[in-house]
This record gives sequence, C-alpha cells and structure tokens, in this order.
Amino acid sequence: MKKVFKVFKNKAALVGFLIILFFVFIAIFADFIAPYDPYEQSLYDRLQPPSKKHLFGTDDLGRDILSRIIYGARISLAIGIISVALALGVGASAGLISAYYGGIIDTLLMRLFDVMLAFPTILLAIAIMAALGPDLKNAMIAVGIVNIPTFARIVRASALVIKEQEYVMAAYALGQSNLKIILKHILPNIIGPITVQASLSYGGSILSAAGLGFLGMGAQPPTPEWGAMLSQARSFIISAPWTVTFPGIAILLSVLGFNILGDGLRDFLDPRLR
Amino acid sequence: MYRYIIRRLLILIPVIIGVSAVVFFLIRSIPGDPALILLGEHSNEESVEKVRTQLGLDKPKVIQFFYFLYNMARGDLGRSFLTNELVRIEIFKHFPATLELTLCSMIFGSVVGLVLGVTAATHRNSIIDYITTVISVTGISMPIFWLGLIAIIIFSIKLHILPISGRLDPTITFKAKSGLIILESLLRGNFGVFKNAIYHIILPAVCLGTIPMASIARMTRSSMLEVLNQDFIRTARAKGLPARKVIYVHALRNALIPVVTVIGLQFGGLLGGAVLTETIFAWPGIGRLSVEAINARDYPVIQGCIIFFALIFVFINLLVDILYAFIDPRIRYD
Repeated sequence: MKKVFKVFKNKAALVGFLIILFFVFIAIFADFIAPYDPYEQSLYDRLQPPSKKHLFGTDDLGRDILSRIIYGARISLAIGIISVALALGVGASAGLISAYYGGIIDTLLMRLFDVMLAFPTILLAIAIMAALGPDLKNAMIAVGIVNIPTFARIVRASALVIKEQEYVMAAYALGQSNLKIILKHILPNIIGPITVQASLSYGGSILSAAGLGFLGMGAQPPTPEWGAMLSQARSFIISAPWTVTFPGIAILLSVLGFNILGDGLRDFLDPRLR
Repeated sequence: MYRYIIRRLLILIPVIIGVSAVVFFLIRSIPGDPALILLGEHSNEESVEKVRTQLGLDKPKVIQFFYFLYNMARGDLGRSFLTNELVRIEIFKHFPATLELTLCSMIFGSVVGLVLGVTAATHRNSIIDYITTVISVTGISMPIFWLGLIAIIIFSIKLHILPISGRLDPTITFKAKSGLIILESLLRGNFGVFKNAIYHIILPAVCLGTIPMASIARMTRSSMLEVLNQDFIRTARAKGLPARKVIYVHALRNALIPVVTVIGLQFGGLLGGAVLTETIFAWPGIGRLSVEAINARDYPVIQGCIIFFALIFVFINLLVDILYAFIDPRIRYD
C-alpha cells in the first residue's frame, strides 16, 4: 500500500488522480449533486444562458446542462471501464499466449493485430460502428476492440522478457502447468506496463467514444453523453455558445486526468523514460 | 536500402489483403439488403433480385470477397449507391481537400511542436518549460471536435477574423485542376484566391494539428534533453560554437529520430481526426465523404474510403521508416 502512495509524490500523478476522483465522486453521487433531472424538459427555459438558477445554462429543450454533465460522468466512466476491460482482457490474453507459446500462434495473432493497427483508430471504430449500428453499448465495444492490439503488443513485449527469466524456467522445470506459469509468474511481473497503458487508454477511450457520439454514431439522444451533447448543441453555436462550451470542458478534464495519471505512473514505474 | 524497401512493400501485400478483408466483412455484416437500399423500399422483388445478381450479392461471401479483391487490384471499388459515380472517382475528387488539410496541420504541428519542444528542453525547469508541458499535456487530451467549435465561436462568430467553413468564399470561383487550391493558386499567381484559401484553412488545420503538435513537443523535449547531456554537445560548446548552432544543428538533428517516429504515428491520428474536423468545418474531403456515406448507408463509398485511409496510413509508416535512414546515416537496413 505504501508503494501505491509513493506514486503520488509525483505531483502530476496526484493531480491526475484527484481529477479522476472528482469525476468518480460526481458519477456516484449524481442523484444527490445534480440540481435537476437530466432528462427533464422545460420549454419555458429553452437556451437560457448560465445563471444562478442554471449554473451552466440550459439546452434547446430546456434541460439543465450542469445536471446532464454530472450524469454524463457516469456514462463516460462506464465507457472507459467497459472498453478498457474488453481491450485489456482480450489484448492481454492474446499477448500472453503469443509470447508464451510463440510459433504459429504468435505469428497469426501478431499479423492480425498488424492489420488492425493499419487502420487509424477512430476509422476502425467507425467501421465497426457501421456494422453494429449506432448505440452507446456498441460504441463501447467498438472502442474496446480498436484498443486490443495496443494491449496485446505491450503485454507480449513485456512477457517475452519475463519468460526468459530463471524463475520462470525453474517453475517450468518443477512441472507447473502452463496456465499456472502464465498467471502466477508472468502476469504479476508485467502489471506495471499494463497499468500505465490502461490509464492512457482510458482517456483515449473516453475521447474516441465522445468522437463517435459527436458523429451521431455513439450514444443516442436523449442520453446525456458528452459527445452526443456537443453534437446536438452544434446547431445553437451562434445563439447559445454555452451549450457547446461545458460538455467539451468535461471531456477535456476527464481525459486530462487519466493521461497525466498515466504519465505519472509511467515515470514512477520506469524512471528511465522520464 | 532498395532491398529493404522491396521487402517492406512485399510485406504490405498480406496487410492490404487483411485490411480489405476486415472492411469487406464488416460492411457486409451491416443489417439490410444493399440491393433494396439501392432501389428503395417500394421496389418490386424481381428488380431487387436482378440488382442482387448484378452486384454479385447472390454469391457466397467468400467468393464475393475474391471478386472484390480482383476488382480492387484493378482500381475498381464499385459505384456509389447515392450518386452512381465510381467510388474511385469520388475518392479522388475529395482526396486533394483532405491532403491539403492534413499537410497544413502536419506543418503546423511539426513546426510549433519542434519549437516548443526545443525551447522547453533548453530552458529546463523554467516557467517556459512548465507552460510547454501544460500545453502539450492539454493538447494530447483535447477533443478536437470541441476545439473546432470553440475556435469557430471565438474567431468566426465573435471576432469575425476567420471564416466558419468551406475551402473558399462562395463568391470565388476557382477551378484547381489538381484540387489543391492553395498550391495551384500560388503557382498561377492568383494571390487573391491564395489568401482566401489560407484564411479558410487556418482554423481546421490548427484544430487538427493540435494533438500532433502536443505529441511532437513532448517527444522533442525529452529527446533533446537526452541529447543535450551527451559529450559531443559539450565538445561543440567547448570549442566555442554559437549556442543556436549547437542546439539546432548538433543537438536537434540527433534528437530527431524519435520525433520522426511520432510525426509518422501522428499521421494515423490525423487521418482519423480529419473525419471529425472535416465534419465541423464542412471541409469537402474524404473524412466528410465517409461520414455522409455512413449516414446514407452508401456501403461502397464507406468501404472505399476506409480502405483508402488505411492504405495511406500503411504507406506513410513505410515512408517514415525509410526517412530514418536519411536522418540518421548510422541506420542501414541491408
């Protein structure tokens, strides 16, 4: 536990962590913090500028933007968790199998990932979304899938080094099963790079999903997803610029939090890269 | 070197086939019958069947894929459902706009990123260094579609300095044969059009170039810091070379290798980012074409655009690898 707190000697990591903590807090306690129901429409309050009544103003349907952003934190954090879990689960498994068994399995998996990496990320996500259909759940899956190769590569590279260590050979010589060697001896020793990548991918996933939402391919109205909110607010950019401003700041801040935490973790775990 | 290039080009063949397979099967798994979409919902069954046969949709998917590969090798990507135009022509019509935009953003990103990175490294732990770090970390986390909207609010709506959208004012008629308005207007000496095109490209290029700028600044800083600590820099300083020469000639050249990698990698992001930027600024490029195609379920165009983007990305990566050898003569691929 002490080691965990040592990370926060790095000021940037601490700032990143606090930003994330803030978003986690508002996501959990959204029901208590949000001043209004995020779906409640009030045609009398359409496109109201920020005021005491509505701190961030209202949108074209008279919904309170602050409340929608607070509830949107839930969605963004869920997008991050699900897509990173998918990418990590599949990518790390593939990377471990690839590194441990080598041979034809390694070649096949790595060529598959080469192909996936040949696509600019958001375009592959768009192609997957075109096949799956526009929906928040599908956006999470698409963003998760496009992140699989990155995890697989990082895990494979780290596992290849660990695999050659003497204690792994010893475990093998003692007759431990392959699964046990992978899970008990290799995996715990590559948690560092996985954690760093997870943090960086988390920010990237929020950004990609918001991009999909903005293009109308992710969350659908009236879901208070930040990217989708921006997409709906576009038409009111001249008459109500606040509808565009605040959801974007929320996206920027949350992504920033994960990125600087990721950087801090990387500096902490591998000081050579500083 | 040539052998290396040829080997890399050969490796590209399975990658290109793989990319085409992924896109082909993804697009084919979209629910709905393309023939029905092409003819409209109220068409009779006979004509739908006829179109299905014409498009080869009655054959098994694997056979369809081989036909698709065969046609693609001949440059035939099918016809747009919407305009009935050849997809190849649609892509070539829209590509110059995307090329112009991505090149301008890359120039912006590289120049500003390099200058910021070098300045931060030479003023380590100073206020300049901290400001650069904040700019680069924020830049990397930036939702560019939001940055674009904010830039429009500030520079177009409030200050009236820059136009909101498009490549030229609607009142200007300028036919660029190559499609590259900036370059062609400059070469033809039409400075009015040139100035107008530059005004139009500033906002989208800066927005699209923000993430590359931030990554390049970061990488340049750390790479420069590493190089600046080396002996040959001390020697260069000791023999009395001017500081500017030491930094920009001796240090920067050696710090450029990882920076070039980042520039190459950023191109992928740029191509993806072009989809968002072009949508915001109504920029008539391939990014916008693909979004419109998705909204209209114009499968051949979606398929063509995505494969085209992936091909460009793959070739840029190859180009970056070759570029290393020119920057660092120690790298030999043979």
